[in-house]
Amino acid sequence: MVSFILRRILSTLPVMIIVAIVVFAMLRLTPGDPAVVIAGDQATAEQIARIRSNLGLDLPIHVQFFTWIGQLAQGDLGISIFTNMPVSTLIAQRLEPTLLLSLTTVCFSVLVAVPLGVWAAWRSGTWTDRFIMVFSVLGFSFPVFVLGYVLIYQFGLTLKWLPTQGYKSPFVDPVGFLRSIILPTITLSMIYIALVTRITRASVLEVLNEDYIRTARAKGQIERIVLFRHALKNAAVPIATIIGIGIALLIGGAVVTETVFNIPGLGRLVVDAILRRDYPIIQGLILVFSFTYIIINMLIDIAYTLFDPRIRY
Amino acid sequence: MSNRSPAHKSSAFWQFCKSHPFTAIAGAILLALIMAAILAPYLGTVDPRKINILPRMRPPSAQAWFGSDQLGRDVWTRTLYGARISLIVGLMVALMSISLGLLIGMISGYLRRLDAIIMRIMDGLMSIPGILLAIGLVSVSGASLATVTIAITIPEIPRVVRLVRAIVLSVREEPYVEAAIAVGTKTPLILWRHVLPNCIPPLIVQATYVAASAMLTEALLSFLGAGTPPEIPSWGNMMAEGRIVFPIAPWIVLIPGCTLALAILAVNVLGDGLRDRLDPKIAKRM
Repeated sequence: MVSFILRRILSTLPVMIIVAIVVFAMLRLTPGDPAVVIAGDQATAEQIARIRSNLGLDLPIHVQFFTWIGQLAQGDLGISIFTNMPVSTLIAQRLEPTLLLSLTTVCFSVLVAVPLGVWAAWRSGTWTDRFIMVFSVLGFSFPVFVLGYVLIYQFGLTLKWLPTQGYKSPFVDPVGFLRSIILPTITLSMIYIALVTRITRASVLEVLNEDYIRTARAKGQIERIVLFRHALKNAAVPIATIIGIGIALLIGGAVVTETVFNIPGLGRLVVDAILRRDYPIIQGLILVFSFTYIIINMLIDIAYTLFDPRIRY
Repeated sequence: MSNRSPAHKSSAFWQFCKSHPFTAIAGAILLALIMAAILAPYLGTVDPRKINILPRMRPPSAQAWFGSDQLGRDVWTRTLYGARISLIVGLMVALMSISLGLLIGMISGYLRRLDAIIMRIMDGLMSIPGILLAIGLVSVSGASLATVTIAITIPEIPRVVRLVRAIVLSVREEPYVEAAIAVGTKTPLILWRHVLPNCIPPLIVQATYVAASAMLTEALLSFLGAGTPPEIPSWGNMMAEGRIVFPIAPWIVLIPGCTLALAILAVNVLGDGLRDRLDPKIAKRM
């Protein structure tokens, strides 16, 4: 068990190194001079030279690589071109809204999607099931930002129930936080709910054919307990896996949702960096988001082995 | 099956529409969008880039069906021309990621020495959220339709590679392939004659999903300012520009947005229909 956990932790290292190499190569292997592209059309020769030295592009490639990896290993993500501040500081400043929005989204999605999926599996083949599945296809196809605007239009502009723009910190204004986070959470949850509902339905459906479910029913167990204690518990591994994999969707969606609702989080940081051509920030955020994704998925894998007695390595 | 008369064919067509109503509707919507994109100049449109063709921010009316935007451009015209961009990007990304993924997946599945390296690289690529990878690629290579298409293609490749590799690995174990190896058939011929045909049906299904995801990503990139250059009338650009005036002129954002949603929904539903038909094994698992 301990050796599995250690191995699993170590196995994230090569993936992280490959992510770092891909990000490193992205800037160096693109055809043309990236410093010129990043500087923009109206840039002077000095500005281009400044960007080139900021990104270390004026050094030999192997020197660049080892300096870059060395800095990365120490948590140094480089210096922002526009603000001249360390990227890690900028990220730390913007972390709170994104973190809280992701948390509310994951909680809300799981609370909605898992019961929906179980219900669809229980009623499989009926109109309830079909309706839930149609809803799930819709959730997949409805782009995050379009949904955001439809919600703003309906609940913010027409009904005037909720604020449509901005963010309040829960440590300053808890009620304002709740009101400002509702619409973004629903927006960001949609695709996640669609995904988790689908997988929950599929894996519960598979489990419902097992002998122990028939036994539980035969002994007269209440159907609700059969579904949630016997079936769902045994179907939990694929559901947990998809929640982990879905984090990638969540991160992409958060960038868009924060733009739609004007939330000053990491997503806004990316978008501002695009507008200001501040490449070190974009690069830093790609690394931070990817590493977060890798670590969350590692933790979920380890969690199975701790909680599921059937999995032994 | 000798009487393949036109009447018989058309009744088979209606039979299909009746038994798969969602797939049929999705196909019809997609066909209508493709026709609208091709015939855009003849469908009551004006110059999509010309400003002040109409009064600014006029709501939808009989003269301007979808209203006008904050620069007085015709939203109906721009929505139709936007369909061109969206569909071209969807098609190109699907073609490129499927063919590259097929190539890399076959190499990975057949040349065991390269397999470990290729799959680790794919794991790494899959750990980077697709939109962010695309944003990074566009910001180092400059925004144009071509760079956006390539930037969307790269994050789509790993999933195709995994699919192809899985098929190659299972086909390799089939008796007819073992027999072919035993009689000394060359590897390229085995790949061409035995492995490729097994890859085609799942790849067609995968291609529709890739196309839907590419259309979405293209719109997102434009919306975030890292997509097609602003002078191109794409749905994402229209939404990005309409964002500032959303409270007073919501149609500028909602019309291209809902058209995009409809297009993606149609492609996804068509993909589900194709999957049920071409790939019953996957259909059962989903």
